[in-house]
Amino acid sequence: MEQRVRHFQEELDALQARLLEMGGLAEERVRVAIQGLVQREPALIERVMRGDEPLNELHIEVDSRCFTLLALYQPMATDLRAIVAAVKINTDLERVGDLAVNIAEAARRYVTHAPVKKLIDIPQMGDIAQTMLRDALDSFVRRDTRLAQQVLNEDDRLDGLKTQVFRELLTYMLHDPTTVEPALDLILISRQLERIGDHATNIAEDVIFMVSALDVRHHPPAPISE
Amino acid sequence: MSTAAGPTVPSLSGVAARAGQQTPAADRPVKIDAQHLNFYYGDTRALEDISVRIRRNIVTAFIGPSGCGKSTFLRTLNRMNDIIPGTRVEGKVLIDDTDIYGPGVDVVALRRQAGMVFQKSNPFPKSVFDNVAYGLRINGMASNRSELAGRVEESLKQAALWDEVKDRLDDSALAMSGGQQQRLCIARALAVRPDILLMDEPASALDPIATQRIEELVYDLKKAYTIVIVTHNMQQAARVSDYTAFFWLGRLVEYDRTDKIFTNPSEKLTEDYVTGRFG
Repeated sequence: MEQRVRHFQEELDALQARLLEMGGLAEERVRVAIQGLVQREPALIERVMRGDEPLNELHIEVDSRCFTLLALYQPMATDLRAIVAAVKINTDLERVGDLAVNIAEAARRYVTHAPVKKLIDIPQMGDIAQTMLRDALDSFVRRDTRLAQQVLNEDDRLDGLKTQVFRELLTYMLHDPTTVEPALDLILISRQLERIGDHATNIAEDVIFMVSALDVRHHPPAPISE
Repeated sequence: MSTAAGPTVPSLSGVAARAGQQTPAADRPVKIDAQHLNFYYGDTRALEDISVRIRRNIVTAFIGPSGCGKSTFLRTLNRMNDIIPGTRVEGKVLIDDTDIYGPGVDVVALRRQAGMVFQKSNPFPKSVFDNVAYGLRINGMASNRSELAGRVEESLKQAALWDEVKDRLDDSALAMSGGQQQRLCIARALAVRPDILLMDEPASALDPIATQRIEELVYDLKKAYTIVIVTHNMQQAARVSDYTAFFWLGRLVEYDRTDKIFTNPSEKLTEDYVTGRFG
């Protein structure tokens, strides 16, 4: 049947809109947490720590919508893959919200100490993670597997920066033990950002599966195109 | 499914109340209110103590295995069973607070108010136009030709058929496809401006595309009508209805929001039916 039942399509559109809303909230929370860290601004950090509720509510709503769509419409083929992808993307986005809270917690501790160093790599990691998240959701909306593949490629950069942050901070800690506590918090933050990238990667993999029915998980990374 | 003693049908008194608490449609006025309805074919009781409140402008589906009473119940809602000899009704059916089985009820007016669409499309052997105009003419509902034409066009548009037939209104209705004939019957029912549409398996004789069009139509028509649809196709009930009533052996087992019925029914019997364990 070429044309989907119209009201099913309306439900799918509503589901997609909710996921985008979640994506926007999750991305914003990561942005504010990193901004709070860089600017050493407790008000921003507190905002992230206390503002998880809208994302959690959407998490429940999206699951409920998917559940009802599966039960009432028995979707097939692309539609089935879209709803299963939505269930998984929903979980990823909710986790991103939790990781933003973790970043804020570490930032709250960090700003009570003198800065270990000027923050360069971590804001860059934050930018990459947010871009990955945004691109993953754009690829979902546009059914764009090329953009999804680009997200997968970006993950390597994030992993590389995490390793770099760790090595650099290790030298600070070895040199001056008083930096151990704040430096560990920065390492934790870089770890959370790397995990946010992993969630964006999961979303991109789900998009590729949704569009082309190809399962690209747990494969060696694709070569980065020129 | 059935055992020697028969499965226990639990008390149903709480079901409608629970449904009422949960639904966003709960604040809509009640359109049809069946109260302790029993129906007999001769000595055989086909419906047993049915009480259900159907609210305005929503789609309610009746589901259940063959012979469960869902079509019989539908036909009690506009007294269509009256034409079958030897039948008898006990209890009440209120439409807009008036008992349709009370004294002095004009059955013709009732059937105009609660129009019916049947499983097998049954256009008259007349033109497309005359089919839709039929009820308007015999009821004297149009004062002149242009008013009549306007009402016919309006009804055909409501039934999503106008674009397909506007250039051949004088052709015989019998030359149309099955799906078009069924939509024509819907247009014919809508022409006399009912406020309830009773549909008895309206898509069971149609192919998937024609079925989809009927389902789309039902979805659009609920804005203006209260719709009750009998279907043996559970997926169809799930797709088109807001509320679902599950009938079994002449009893109403469960009546609730459709998403509730298909994701977490309250009664074991409903669960067994919607999961395909019997029926």
